[in-house]
Amino acid sequence: MSDAPTNTNGGAPVLDVDPGIPSGSPKLAPWELRFTSYDVEAFEVPRGREEQWRFTPLRRLRGLHDASVTADGRIDVSVVSGFGDAAADLAGSGTRHETVGRDDPRLGDGGIPADRVAAQAWSSFTEAHVVTVNEARSDDEPLTITVGGPGAGATAFAHMQLRLEHHAQAVVVLDHRGSGTVAANTEFVVADGAKLEVVEVHDWADDAVYVGAQHLSVGRDATIRHTSVTLGGDLVRLSPVINYRAPGGDVELDGLYFADGGQHFEQRLLVDHSVPNCRSRVMYKGALQGVEGGTAAHTVWIGDVLIRKAAEGTDTYELNRNLLLTDNARADSVPNLEIETGEIVGAGHASATGRFDDEQLFYLMARGIPEAQARRLVVRGFFGEVIQKVRVPALRDRLEAAIEAELEVVGV
Amino acid sequence: MSTLEIRDLHVEVETESGPKEILRGVDLTVNSNETHAIMGPNGSGKSTLAYSIAGHPKYTVTKGQVLLDGEDVLEMAVDERARAGLFLAMQYPVEVPGVSMSNFLRSAATATRGEAPKVRHWVKEVKTAMTDLEIDPAFAERSVNEGFSGGEKKRHEVLQMSLLKPKIAVLDETDSGLDVDALRVVSKGVNEYKSQSDVGILLITHYTRILRYIAPDRVHVFVNGRVAASGGPELADELEENGYERFVGAFGADKEEQPA
Repeated sequence: MSDAPTNTNGGAPVLDVDPGIPSGSPKLAPWELRFTSYDVEAFEVPRGREEQWRFTPLRRLRGLHDASVTADGRIDVSVVSGFGDAAADLAGSGTRHETVGRDDPRLGDGGIPADRVAAQAWSSFTEAHVVTVNEARSDDEPLTITVGGPGAGATAFAHMQLRLEHHAQAVVVLDHRGSGTVAANTEFVVADGAKLEVVEVHDWADDAVYVGAQHLSVGRDATIRHTSVTLGGDLVRLSPVINYRAPGGDVELDGLYFADGGQHFEQRLLVDHSVPNCRSRVMYKGALQGVEGGTAAHTVWIGDVLIRKAAEGTDTYELNRNLLLTDNARADSVPNLEIETGEIVGAGHASATGRFDDEQLFYLMARGIPEAQARRLVVRGFFGEVIQKVRVPALRDRLEAAIEAELEVVGV
Repeated sequence: MSTLEIRDLHVEVETESGPKEILRGVDLTVNSNETHAIMGPNGSGKSTLAYSIAGHPKYTVTKGQVLLDGEDVLEMAVDERARAGLFLAMQYPVEVPGVSMSNFLRSAATATRGEAPKVRHWVKEVKTAMTDLEIDPAFAERSVNEGFSGGEKKRHEVLQMSLLKPKIAVLDETDSGLDVDALRVVSKGVNEYKSQSDVGILLITHYTRILRYIAPDRVHVFVNGRVAASGGPELADELEENGYERFVGAFGADKEEQPA
């Protein structure tokens, strides 16, 4: 043994793996336990012990889960071509934005609510926004959909559908901001051969509560790259579900979240491999920084991947990593992989939660780099894999700046 | 002209059974343009000396001084030591995922030089230094040390030395794990920097092999946490011939307490 320090992780990495099957119940696969309905009354009011809700502080949902709140506000939606300064209206393009009623037959193409809040949103919305892309848009011309909250103290039930028709192609920024309480369903309906790259940003004000179900419908040989970014809000709970409709679907789900003291950010993913020869990749990375003596920063990541009997040729891998920047932070990470057929290309998962690596800091500082800058380099490096895949340069800059700003809060 | 003075340095580490003294009064002076080899058996505290000079938090100095041109190094933070002109080529370079080598090198050069190097000159400087060390330019875009082989890591340590231009460089077992070709390349890089600068070098090694490539002016035998003997290059020849036995016998009374 040498007397030199070895490269440890500043403490053993914490692995938190949960089998996800309630004990005492018959051994059913999760999708057999999974119930879906458009009707809120079909779901019991959650009490907090349910597998689906056990990590969520229900009292902070402001009544979204128990019908004790009614809508008194609405979300504000705008759709433009381009991102940031380069925005222009959609006139003359193959992309259109409609506001439709509950009876629009397209609604529901993406998927069906699987929890009570999503069903509440579905039962309660009065108008839906449908954005349809019927063209192959240039990567340089992203579509920006901005969703503004109903305002502090107000509540909205929202519905949105983003449709890519056959062989359409688009890079989309779905930018959520503002105040208030929102329960929402967002459908991403990607037709055969279409290609969607969407970055869903949740940059809510400090007071906001957002509970949203994302229904992603993947057509034959369609491609979706969905990046979920959660930076702001009191409580944000996102439940993306991947529904493969035909063989050949290719989905990448990336995520980045940064929780400060008191914030609860929860991501519950379900990748449902129900048809053959589809691919999925999941990579979510989170950083947490609590404030001493305050409420803990809390993140939850649940990654359910199901490979059903029919889904031969499936290729899937999921990964979640969490970086605890301070004390008073808690990251729950639960990957679940259920496999019903052995005829697959590959399936794997990884999850790790750890503290700052002091050896990395020492190494950078030993080259003259000041501590604060060294910490920023390490955190930027940690998120780099996710941010570098974002196709919109101005959005990459914004995300990097947001992370820098987060780090300044605790003087990192 | 620079001088690194180590005076009566005592260092301990925290172990499960309480603090344990590793360095027991090291005295050593390295001047510009001098190359000192420190040789010693495993567990003698050689690497502890290296990491203590660099300021690794695992090691606690309980007594003694480390001075660089009269300035108290022990009062400086790790990054301040590097900016003052000290460099440690590590035995186990650390992987930093997601931080590109080029970004890292530029950040380090900016910090140690006090200003960002001019882009055009910098690109050329890095390219030349990489070519000298036979490093594929593609490494510039890879994450720091991530997935590098042992030899690639050591080349990059020497690359950093040549770009950061320290006054005093401590090379901690830079030869370990290298095959003959890699050893030749790494040694050439060290000699190149020696010839271009006034650097003083403290070369820590277990084997005499590297001394055939990098000629020492002084050789120190390190046993049981202190310098047991010092001499000219001929001392290395004696170690090659007879090993450490003579010195361990005289200075290693409580050898069994040393890490294996």
